[in-house]
Amino acid sequence: MGLFDTILGRTKPAQPKLDDLFALPSAAITLDAGAGFKPTGSGSVCFRSVEGRSFSDVEKDVRDLLNVSSSNEGGLPVEVSKDSFGYTWLVSSHMSDDLEALVTDLHAVNSALVDNGFGPQLLCTLVSFRDDQERRLGLVYLFKRGTFYPFAPLAGERRDNALEMQVKGVIGDDLKFEPDLGRWFPVWGAPGL
Amino acid sequence: MARSRYAPDRGLTARMTATMFLLGLVFVVFVGLIIVIGAASKASIAIIVLFVVVLGGGMLIGSLFYSDKIALRTAGARVVTPEEAPQLHGMVDRICALADMPKPQVAISDSDIPNAFATGRNADHAVLCVTRGIQRRLDDNELEGVLAHELSHVAHKDVQVMTIASFLAIIAGLMIRMAFYSELFGGGRRSNNNQNAAMMMFAIMAVSIVVYAVSFLLIRMLSRYRELAADRSGALLTGQPSALKSALVKVSTEMARIPTRDLRAAEPLNAFFFAPAMALNSGGASLSKIFSTHPSLERRLAELDKVQQQLSGH
Repeated sequence: MGLFDTILGRTKPAQPKLDDLFALPSAAITLDAGAGFKPTGSGSVCFRSVEGRSFSDVEKDVRDLLNVSSSNEGGLPVEVSKDSFGYTWLVSSHMSDDLEALVTDLHAVNSALVDNGFGPQLLCTLVSFRDDQERRLGLVYLFKRGTFYPFAPLAGERRDNALEMQVKGVIGDDLKFEPDLGRWFPVWGAPGL
Repeated sequence: MARSRYAPDRGLTARMTATMFLLGLVFVVFVGLIIVIGAASKASIAIIVLFVVVLGGGMLIGSLFYSDKIALRTAGARVVTPEEAPQLHGMVDRICALADMPKPQVAISDSDIPNAFATGRNADHAVLCVTRGIQRRLDDNELEGVLAHELSHVAHKDVQVMTIASFLAIIAGLMIRMAFYSELFGGGRRSNNNQNAAMMMFAIMAVSIVVYAVSFLLIRMLSRYRELAADRSGALLTGQPSALKSALVKVSTEMARIPTRDLRAAEPLNAFFFAPAMALNSGGASLSKIFSTHPSLERRLAELDKVQQQLSGH
């Protein structure tokens, strides 16, 4: 934020960075090789709805778009849910080995919102993984930072910090990781995780 | 590049610029007059002026540096961990991620007065505080609107801006006191020379009083514009202007029943330590309006209506 924006009390809304999401499929291979976590095929986009007709129209278009794409490729239809913070999650499910298609789907949601001027409303994207012991892991992509961080929930709203650090060690070079640990905020009960 | 639904409010920007310009103008005139008066008098006055500026500057830096601690102590608040207040932390986490800003410390005050404030010298040392009273009265959506308003204060660096803006008032205020005391104690032994100096002191006092009064009103005006700016940015951030409106209405009507003693009104120099969220007076007489740090409820609701139209436009 520049000096003038400070003096005038303005903030430019943060625009999302979308492109780094495409680094995910190759990082997933490294993650499988290095830590034994495989994608579950489910991923979601989280955004803050805007009140008013215009946003609900866009939201509906996005859902239709994803439903068409998933029915063409034999995927499951898109699920929509709201979390306890009032944020909307669009969950897209694919075959577990088809991470490319999943990322393409997620990217479609993001672009649709951005094209309609709602880019600042995008919060994060989450792609979920699981290992042989059924441990859960989410890779969260922060739109405004263009960075990733791991989120490993345990029972009872606790985080497996050791696992998160391990994941950072394994794929820290493949993805742009969020350097500020204070921004690795938990997404408890995220749909699709 | 997608079209923007988040265009700045030109009218607000223009009014804020004009206010700051006037404040700067008053400052220049003040400094000029002091120099003129000082040049026409003895060195002792120059020393007093220098002393006042150093003292005022020190107070300013001190209040800026310790703003978070002072505010937390005044409000009787304590910093809470994510485990203690998961819902509140979750809201703040998400708003910060949306706005791409570092997360402030989160504090809760046990007071039942519905209020919230954000303070700290910069975004990395910010504290966001809510009272139990506001948590109890507002639903999640409304509270989120209030938090977004407060985080906008942090993003706009309002504590810094208001502290610097109040520098003039601090200097003028100190100058009045200094001149007053030197009149009081210097009055006894009067030669021709001393009488001249006494006149000078009197002139400085008169100029300082006028400057203090004018800058006080301008600072209050600036504070009101910055509240509107924070309302606007906060509503754009969450995309829910209605939630903020409903929070404002709830808090203002509750506040009307509580003695209207703003924490900041306690002492003129304390006035700019922090930037609380909520107006204590809603509307009322026009005299209270120009002294108020917050715009009237009607004004804030009207500005939020504009945001609502902006967001829902096709």
